[in-house]
Amino acid sequence: MRVRALALRILNQLRHDRRTLALMLVAPIFLLTLVYFILADSTPVIKVAVVNAPAGFEDRLEEQNVRGLRYSESEARLALERGEVIASIKIIGGKSYIEVDGSNPTKAKAALAALEQAKIDAVMSRPDLKSEVTYVYGKEDLPTFDNFGAALIGFIVFFFVFLVSGISFLQERNSGTLEKLLSTPVRRWEIVVGYVLGFGVFTVLQSFLISWYCVYVLKVMMIGSFGLVLLITLLTAMIALTLGMLMSTLANNEFQMIQFIPLIVVPQIFFCGLFDLPAGIEVIGYIMPLYYIADALTEVMIKGSGLEVIAWDLGIILAYSLLFMTLNTLLLKKYRRI
Amino acid sequence: MRETIFRRVKLSENPPDIDSSKCIIVRNVNKFFGSKHVLKDINWEIPYGKIYGLLGPSGCGKTTMVKIIAGILEATSGEIYVLGQKMPKLSLMNKIGYMAQSDALYVSLTAKENLHFFGTIYGMSKAEIKRRTEETAELVNLSADLNKPVQVFSGGMKRRLSLAMAIMHDPPVLVLDEPTVGIDPLLRKNIWEELNKLAAQGVTIIVTTHVMDEADKCHSIALMRNGRLIAQGTSRELQDKIGARSLEEAFIYYGGQQDES
Repeated sequence: MRVRALALRILNQLRHDRRTLALMLVAPIFLLTLVYFILADSTPVIKVAVVNAPAGFEDRLEEQNVRGLRYSESEARLALERGEVIASIKIIGGKSYIEVDGSNPTKAKAALAALEQAKIDAVMSRPDLKSEVTYVYGKEDLPTFDNFGAALIGFIVFFFVFLVSGISFLQERNSGTLEKLLSTPVRRWEIVVGYVLGFGVFTVLQSFLISWYCVYVLKVMMIGSFGLVLLITLLTAMIALTLGMLMSTLANNEFQMIQFIPLIVVPQIFFCGLFDLPAGIEVIGYIMPLYYIADALTEVMIKGSGLEVIAWDLGIILAYSLLFMTLNTLLLKKYRRI
Repeated sequence: MRETIFRRVKLSENPPDIDSSKCIIVRNVNKFFGSKHVLKDINWEIPYGKIYGLLGPSGCGKTTMVKIIAGILEATSGEIYVLGQKMPKLSLMNKIGYMAQSDALYVSLTAKENLHFFGTIYGMSKAEIKRRTEETAELVNLSADLNKPVQVFSGGMKRRLSLAMAIMHDPPVLVLDEPTVGIDPLLRKNIWEELNKLAAQGVTIIVTTHVMDEADKCHSIALMRNGRLIAQGTSRELQDKIGARSLEEAFIYYGGQQDES
């Protein structure tokens, strides 16, 4: 009952605060649209699996700034699935059979162009035979935004919920209402759960709007289940909410809350899979919530994976949320021990 | 079996030496914030149905004292009993109405929504909340402003709404931290009349203030300075004892005495 009262109060506050409401609903749409239009191509390092090709083929690939690595047919497929290579090529009787991972369209295009060029340069090839290209993931004209889009949805939900929930919990402390609340028989965990539910209900709406806009208006590639995308964004909102509350206890005012953005939020962008990182540094991403969120979203939206594939990611996100909720309840002891 | 366990628990919470005519008993209470000694050996007893004032300059420890009585803070040492039970206790918090020094209000919500929220938190029924919202709003003269968001309220209106929120759930104990700051004299008089009425019904009230004339309205006053209770009694007693003509004079006298000792 008290949890419900707290959750309803938060919804009521949001309802009265038009500006925050707009920030949570309109700003994400605005940002996503902007990124959709401005995202330019880049030139990353490209690796290709060479299964069967004339000697010297790799050297020709190297001239095209693409690294060719010898693989057996089964190894090549595995490497492709793991994302170690972007494409694999098999030249039989002068005709090339290419499998390509289209989930990163920039890389895929560069790899395909290089493979064609290297084939023309090779003596044994028959330029009259057209290459057969198969897309393992994604499709031929997948724009760069699609690759980014999935991770971006996660990031944007995370960012706005983190900020708004953090600041509203901070205001609860600074305005004295937390103290007033703690003079009532409310339990500490009820406050935390009330917040999670209140913002939770609101973020259902927000997640739905953002996911819907990306999938049906911007037409981001989406071959998985829309329900799963919603589930992931909801869990994203939950982790952002609980982390925001946790961080707000370390801030004394709104400005200090904003200072957490470069410390907590921005680093997560670097490690959430949008950028190609050296193996050593990539490991750091494993402690960052957004890494799992972006991974789950990419799996569902571009690879069409089901619940069983992303269960591990979701489990980690959920575990993080529960950990943060417990910490929040414990930290409230600072204000009232019982 | 359950009965005996219950009784035993109750027994341990109610030592036989506590005076059952007292609603609030503060015994040898000390409070430290880090190394700062904020409350020093406070002993204070408040009988049922009386208004007791805690008078002292800002920073003397009044707010800390009332927060400990309200169960928000805990004493470093010493004991607090409210309604015969040892504080802090979650189930007792329903029986205490606390009004903080700063207006603890949700400014984006309307006055009514604020009252409803705390009513629900106190576990009141819908009908009760409706009835008490009207009654308390009437009392603090906010009936016409119930549907306005608190952010358009003046300082005095916010203070009155805070008071309404503290008495919303009909608690037998009221802890009011500077309740009448910024309230105009006429309404202040009304509020004091109401507090007297509540006390006559058996409600025990603690009021902190740094205004002398307000302290005069209390049944008994405790003077506080630098974390110590320096004198207790009715306003008359405190003045007569030292031949002072005003409470202010008495305060200066007792304060000076503390400095000498």
